[in-house]
Amino acid sequence: MYRIVRKEALRPTITLYEIEAPLVAKKAKPGQFIVLRVDEGGERIPITINTCDLDKGTVTIIVQTAGATTEKLKAKEAGDSIQDFVGPLGKASVIDGSKKVCVVGGGVGCAIAYPVLKAFHDAGAEVHAVVGFKNKDLVILEDDFRNATSVLKICTDDGSYGQKGLVTDALKELIEAGNQYDEVFAVGPMVMMKFVSLTTKPYGIPTTVSMSPIMIDATGMCGGCRLSVGGEMKFACVDGPDFDGHQVDWNIAVKRNMMYHDWEVKKHEETCNLLKKEA
Amino acid sequence: MAKANMRLDKNPMPSQDPEVRNKNFQEVALGYTEEQALDESQRCLNCKNKPCMTGCPVMVRIPEFIAQVKEGKFEEAYQIIAATSALPAVCGRVCPQESQCEKYCVRGKKGDPVGIGRLERFVADFHNQNTTAPAEKPTSNGHRVAIVGSGPAGLTCAGDLARLGYEVTVFEALHLAGGVLVYGIPEFRLPKSIVQKEVDGLKALGVTIATNTVVGRTITVDELMSEMGFEAVFIGSGAGLPMFMNIPGVNFKGVLSANEFLTRINLMKAYLPDSDTPIIHPKKVAVVGGGNVAMDAARCAKRLGAEVYIVYRRGMEELPARKEEVEHAEEEGIIFKTLCNPVEIFADQEENVNKIRCIRMELGEPDASGRRRPIEVPGSEFDIDVDCVIMALGTSPNPLIKSTTEGLEINRKGGIVVNEDGLTSRDHVYAGGDAVTGAATVILAMGAGKTAAKAIHEALSK
Repeated sequence: MYRIVRKEALRPTITLYEIEAPLVAKKAKPGQFIVLRVDEGGERIPITINTCDLDKGTVTIIVQTAGATTEKLKAKEAGDSIQDFVGPLGKASVIDGSKKVCVVGGGVGCAIAYPVLKAFHDAGAEVHAVVGFKNKDLVILEDDFRNATSVLKICTDDGSYGQKGLVTDALKELIEAGNQYDEVFAVGPMVMMKFVSLTTKPYGIPTTVSMSPIMIDATGMCGGCRLSVGGEMKFACVDGPDFDGHQVDWNIAVKRNMMYHDWEVKKHEETCNLLKKEA
Repeated sequence: MAKANMRLDKNPMPSQDPEVRNKNFQEVALGYTEEQALDESQRCLNCKNKPCMTGCPVMVRIPEFIAQVKEGKFEEAYQIIAATSALPAVCGRVCPQESQCEKYCVRGKKGDPVGIGRLERFVADFHNQNTTAPAEKPTSNGHRVAIVGSGPAGLTCAGDLARLGYEVTVFEALHLAGGVLVYGIPEFRLPKSIVQKEVDGLKALGVTIATNTVVGRTITVDELMSEMGFEAVFIGSGAGLPMFMNIPGVNFKGVLSANEFLTRINLMKAYLPDSDTPIIHPKKVAVVGGGNVAMDAARCAKRLGAEVYIVYRRGMEELPARKEEVEHAEEEGIIFKTLCNPVEIFADQEENVNKIRCIRMELGEPDASGRRRPIEVPGSEFDIDVDCVIMALGTSPNPLIKSTTEGLEINRKGGIVVNEDGLTSRDHVYAGGDAVTGAATVILAMGAGKTAAKAIHEALSK
C-alpha cells in the first residue's frame, strides 16, 4: 500500500496527490510516468510524474478526474493509501543540447509538461511555453510555469483567461515572430499534440510529443500501447513515451485511444452513482 | 503387492460439459476422484529404470509418488513430488506430460501411458484441501538472493533456495505474483486460487515477494547487488514484447495481442461484470497462431460469447499447442482455419476491424525448424468477417533488463546468454526461463529455475 501524504484540489476537477513511494522518487526523471491502482480489483492507469521529493521519498502526480478510476482516487484523502503504485516507467525525456525550446501543454498535460520545462530551464535553455485550457477555472500551475519561462502564453478556448484560441495559433505566432526554436515539446491530449506537430512541420522544427496510449502492464508485455512511428511499430511504455511528433501516425493513434471510450463513460457514471450512495 | 491394472486406457479426466464450460470461466478439468486415482495408480508398473523421470525437467520421483498413491498415502505422495517441484498443483494442470514423463512411460507402448499428470494433480489438490499447517521456515544460512520475476522460473528458484536456508526476495513488476500463471493462463485451465496457494507456500518458507518493482526501472540488477546486498541475482523476467504480423491494418481498433487480451481477462478479471478494466466483447474473432497461447485466447473469446476462428498457417498436425488444448478448443466450438495465413486486415471508417483477408497455404519441404514450410497458394485469398483479431505469435525478449545491466550478454534473438548452470556473462547473475529461451513452457522455466538454484547454492556455499 502507498500512503497519500498530501492531497490538494488545484481546481474542482484537478487534484494533486503526493504519494509515499521512496524507490520511485529516487529514480524518477522528467518525462517518466507511474502506473497506479486505487484499490484491489481496480484498473491499472498510467499517470505522468509531476515532481519528486527525494528527502521525503514522495512522488507528486496531478490528476484530472475523468473516469471511474480517477473518481475513486479523488474519494481518497490524505492519510489514506492506494493499493499499487509502480514506476518510474518509460524513458526519461532528453533534455540536453537544446538552447531554445518551446513547451506546449494542454490541460492537465501541463502537469506533465512542467517537469520537462523545468529541466530545460535548469539546464540553461531559454524556455518559452504555450499552455492551453478550456476556461479560466481549469488553469493550473501558472506560477510554476511563469518562474521557469521567459515567455508564457496562456490560451483558453472561451477567452475567459489569457488569449482566446488554440495553443497552435499561439505557437505559430511565436514562430512567426522570429523565435528560432531548437525543439518544440508538446504534452496534452493526443489531438492537440497532433496539431502541434502539424504546425511545426512546415518550419522544420524538431518536435517531441509525450504519448499516452492505452496500457496495462506498462513494462513491455501487453503491447496495448503500440504506435506506428515512422512506419515502425513502437511501444510507448518501453520505447517512449516521447516520440518524434512528425513521425507518429496520428490518425490511428487518436482512434485507438478511443477504443474503450463508451465503456469508460458508462463506468464513470456508475462509479459516480456508487460514490454518491456511499457518501 | 497387488497385481498391476493392465487396462489399456487411462482413466478419463472428469470435465465440465463443453457446451456448459464454453460459457463460464470455471475450471474445465475437474480432477480425479479418490477411486479413479487409486485405479490409475495401479496401472504403473514401477519400472526399475524409471523412464518417466528422464522426461521430467525437474526430476520428480514419479514411480515413488505413484507407489504411495497405490497405498492411499496421498500426503506422503505429495511430499515426494514437493521435494523436487515447487509447484505441484500447477504442473499437474499445465505441464505437457504427453511430450515429457508420459512420453517415456512403458505403458504407452501399447495403449495409454499412466496418467502421471492427472495423478500429480490429484495428489497436489489432496494436499491443498487437507493440509492447513504452513511449511516450516528453515533456519537462515545468512545468504541473500534476489529473484527477478515471480513466474514459474522465479518461484521455483526461490523455493529451492529458501528450502536451503537462503533469504530470498522475489521482485515482481506487476501487482500480483505468479507471472504468466496469473496474467497468461486462464482461470479455466489454472484457477488463480491455486497459484495463490503456491505463492503463499513460498512465503511460509520465508520468501519475500516485492510486487510493483520493475527491475530495470525501479531498481537495477547492479543496485540489487551493490546497494541492497544481494549476493546473487536470478533473472526470470519472462518473455517480452508481443509480436505482430507486418501486414496492412495491424494497428486498427480491435487488433490486439494475445498478451493484452489474456492480461485483461486473467490478471485484471475484465470478464467479471463489476471489473474496472474494460475488454472488448467481440462477435467474431480471428485468433492468429497455433500455440497454447492461441488456444487460451480463443477459448477466452468463446467464453465472452464470440464465434471464434483459429487461423494457422500450417495444418492441424503441426499445431504447436498441446493436443489436449486443441481437443478442448474443438469441443468448445472453436473453428480451425488451418493452412491459412492473414494478408490484410480491413476496418470501417472509424477504424474498427470488420474483415480479415487470408490466403490458403500448402506445405512444402521441411524448413530449419524441421517442420514443413507453408507456401502461399496464389490467388486463393478469401475474407472472414470479424470484428476482432488477436495475434498469438510469440514474443520477443523484454529490453528493460538488458538495456540497464552492463556486461550482460544477449544473443541474436535478444535472449540472455547463459551456460549450463544458468550463469550469465556477469558474475553471480543467473537467468532462466523465457528471458533466456524465448517463449516456452512453464515446466522448462521451472527446470531452469531449479538448475540456477543449484548453481547459486554451490557458488555461495563455497
